[in-house]
Parts: sequence; structure tokens; C-alpha cells
Amino acid sequence: MIELENVAYSYGGGELLSDISVKLAPGSFHFLTGPSGAGKTTFLKLCYGALLPTAGHVRVFEADVRGLQRDHVAMIRRKIGVVHQDVQFLDHLPVADNIALPLTVSGRHAEVAGPDLGELMSWVGLTARAGALPPELSGGERQRAALARAVIMSPDVVLADEPTGNVDWDMSQRLLQLLVELNRMGKTVLIATHDLSLIRAAKAQVQARVLRISNRRVQLAGADL
Amino acid sequence: MIFNLRSVMSLMAGDRHADRVVPPTGFTAQLTLFASGAMAFLAVFALALSLASGRLATRWGDELAQTATIRIVAPLDQRAIQTAAALQVLQTTPGVAGARALSDAEQQALLAPWFGQDLPLDSLPVPRLIEITSTQPGFDPTGLRLRLAAEVPGAVLDDHSRWRAPLVAAAQRLRLLGWGAALLILAAVAAMVTLAANAALAANSQVIHVLRLVGATDSYIAQAFVRRFTLRAFVGSAVGVAIGLLAVWLMPSGGDTPGFLTGLGFQGAGWLVPLLLPIISGAVALAATALAADRALRTIS
Repeated sequence: MIELENVAYSYGGGELLSDISVKLAPGSFHFLTGPSGAGKTTFLKLCYGALLPTAGHVRVFEADVRGLQRDHVAMIRRKIGVVHQDVQFLDHLPVADNIALPLTVSGRHAEVAGPDLGELMSWVGLTARAGALPPELSGGERQRAALARAVIMSPDVVLADEPTGNVDWDMSQRLLQLLVELNRMGKTVLIATHDLSLIRAAKAQVQARVLRISNRRVQLAGADL
Repeated sequence: MIFNLRSVMSLMAGDRHADRVVPPTGFTAQLTLFASGAMAFLAVFALALSLASGRLATRWGDELAQTATIRIVAPLDQRAIQTAAALQVLQTTPGVAGARALSDAEQQALLAPWFGQDLPLDSLPVPRLIEITSTQPGFDPTGLRLRLAAEVPGAVLDDHSRWRAPLVAAAQRLRLLGWGAALLILAAVAAMVTLAANAALAANSQVIHVLRLVGATDSYIAQAFVRRFTLRAFVGSAVGVAIGLLAVWLMPSGGDTPGFLTGLGFQGAGWLVPLLLPIISGAVALAATALAADRALRTIS
């Protein structure tokens, strides 16, 4: 589904990631951990074509991202839901429209006002906030709205970058629960986090691989978690 | 290039949902509308100037090309004989449709502004004038001069070419300047729209980032901006043209006396030419915004 083969990424003259080979199989659940600045966000951006590797190959749905036209990258992103820690919305549109944005940009206008959107809003607990503007949302509500936006196209892969970074423990457990549910629906999930307690809580519910970025390389973390 | 015929068609059809993804920007919207309107207003006058100059050049060219004058400069006792001889020559000259000697009254009327009404033409060596009207291909002035030199020594042919040519050239140059001004105005519209579009794209980099994250293609993002600027340029230009046409229509006419300033305006189908300006402005805005968006989207990661 997503495969990194001997990938390196350099920025500003220094190598941030080096010789990384990882394969995210369909339906798998991964955590990506490591200290701040280790390259977790860069790794995620490589996975959805926001960055191109300086060496090696990134294949997304069997296509090498280096050879893709910009519009093809856009099509691939419709199959990958992304949640960032620093969530960005279109602040002039209500929450419901922001969540439906992937449908809007892909021309599926009929579904924008359809029942699925209502169900999704209910699933993330934002039904009452559908008409609110994004700046009016709390941190937890923004993360849940971002998660709803990421999954509205029923993507095959969900990538989450520190999704619980700005929320309290209860909210982080709720978000984790939503991601676990998505994985049970067959979605591939990759969560970048430095929150080891979140990883432990997840491993109690789902079979997850934990990848650790250390010294520019990705290793499979083991029993210490 | 982001745009092709299909995307242009879908652009014209519009997309209510796509239009909403870019936040409304009051300042650039008003700026684009005002500038397009002002440019179209100026372009109407440039076109009026150009079309009026064209008409003037044609009229001067046609009127003067079909007339010529012969001056009979001879002693008083020879003047009538040489006038008759010149008329005789003209009767047998190919290309001459008609020729007549001006009467004393007509010549007196011509000279009255300078010498008054009571000029005694009979006793003054005032040249006799013969007015020639030529057929459409015209006569050969060189050949006629040679014949007149041989048969009417006091005759001087003036076929008006000496002063007709610079007048017609000036009018034609004025017409070109008018069209050039209209083109420059359209180029200014393109520059203004490009600047406004660049400003809008830069101000909405977060919007572009979000749209890309959720899978929007570059053509989708570009269309949201292009449609907006195209419509603004079209509407602004339509208003500017309407006001410009009204202003031209309200200009005082010269009545029966033809003049350049009083003849400045449109005639017949010429009134339809400015109606093309909103369409052209819209097309210019579409191309300028599409290019600006294409450039901007390449640089925004």
C-alpha cells in the first residue's frame, strides 16, 4: 500500500532521514515514535507525497511518487486521510462544510449534504457544532473534525501526526478509539506520536507495530513499550 | 498549463461549491472591478478616436482624390481664351468626369474673407479657377500637366496630392494610435489582474495548503480564483463600457458641419465594437489569472 525503499531525505544541507525501508501493509496499524525533531512529520509527508525523497523510492498504491504529476498526487491524497497536530481548516466555512471538503473538491456534491456526513459528525461527536466556524472550536473538537475530514472519503490509509498533542487524556483516548475503529474497518493506520502511554493504551486494543526513528533511521521498537 | 478547453467550459458553467472554498476578499474584488471599469471607459474613448480617425482618413482620401483644380494665371486679355483652351483639353482627357470654370461670383465668394465683397475681379490679375471632378480610377496628372504646358501655358494643375497625403497619413496614424491605446489598456488590465490574483493567491496560501491536503487538483484550486477574477473583470468592464458609450452618445454633435472633435464617436455598426470589450477583458483576466495561478501553485509546496 505504502512502501519506502532505501529512502533518504535531506533538508538544508543535512540528512534528516537515511536508508529507510518500511512497508505499510493493508489493514495494518503502526505507530511511529521518536524524539521531537527526529523526522516523524517528514516521514508522514513522504508517505502522502507532500515531500519527495532525496534518495530511494516511495511507492504509494504501487506508484512511485517521484514520477507522478501534481494532479496524480492529488488523486492519491483522496485515498489517504491525513490528520496533523496543527490542524488547518478553511476558517470562513462552517465545520460541516470543512469536514465535507474532500467530497467538495472531488466533485461528489450530492454526498456533501447526504446522510453519511451526519453520521460521521455524530461519530466524532460534533453534530451540535456543525454550524460553528473552525476558530470557535476547542482543541479536541478541532482534532475530531480533522479526523472526520480525513476519513469522509473512506480512504484506505489514515496518517495521523501527533493527533493527541493538543488534547487532554480523555480526549486522546477518544481519538485513539476512533482510529482503532477505523483500523477494524480495514483501514491502514499510521500514528506519529511521542506519547508512549497512548501507544500502550492502543496495544491493549489492537495489534500494532511500533516504529522508532533514531539516528535518522527507522527501527522496529520492541519490548520496552 | 492548467487550463484547457474543457476546464474553460466548466469554468463558465461555474461550481457553487468550488466558489465557496476561497474566502471573499472585499478589497481586491472592489479594486479589480473599479480598475476594469475605468480601463474599459478609457478603451471606449480610444476606440471612438480610432474609428473617427479612420472615417476621417477615408473621407479626406475619397473627397480630395476625386477633385483637382487648374489655375489659369494669364494676362486679363488672355484669361478667357486660356480658360476655354484648358476646358477643351479636359474634355478629351481620360479619367476626367467633369470640369467647369468657377464663375466670378464663386471666386469672389472665395476671396471675400480676405478682400471683402466688392473685389473688382475684371480689373485684377486674379487667376481663373477650373474645378475638375475625376472618375474613380482618376486621370494621369503627369500626362495632363504635359498637355496643359503645351496648349495652355498659363495653366497650373493642382491635384491636391501635395497636402492630401500628409492629412490622410496623419488621420491613419491617429487611427493606429487609437487601436494601440486600446491594446495598451487591455495589457494594463492583464497586469492589474495578475497583480491582484498574485496578491489573492499569496493571501490564501493556507487555503491552498488545506485544499491540497484534501486532494484538490491544481486546476480545481486555480479555477476558484480564475472564475472570480474573470467575472470581476467582465462585470467591471461591462459597467465601464456602458458609461463610456453613454458619454460618447451625449457628446455634442456638429450638426451639418463635419468636424473632427464633433465627429468623435461611433457610427452604425461601430457602436457594436465597444461591446466586445467586456468579453475581451474577461478573456484577458482569465488568461492572466490562469498564468498567475499556474506560477503560484508551482511554487507553493
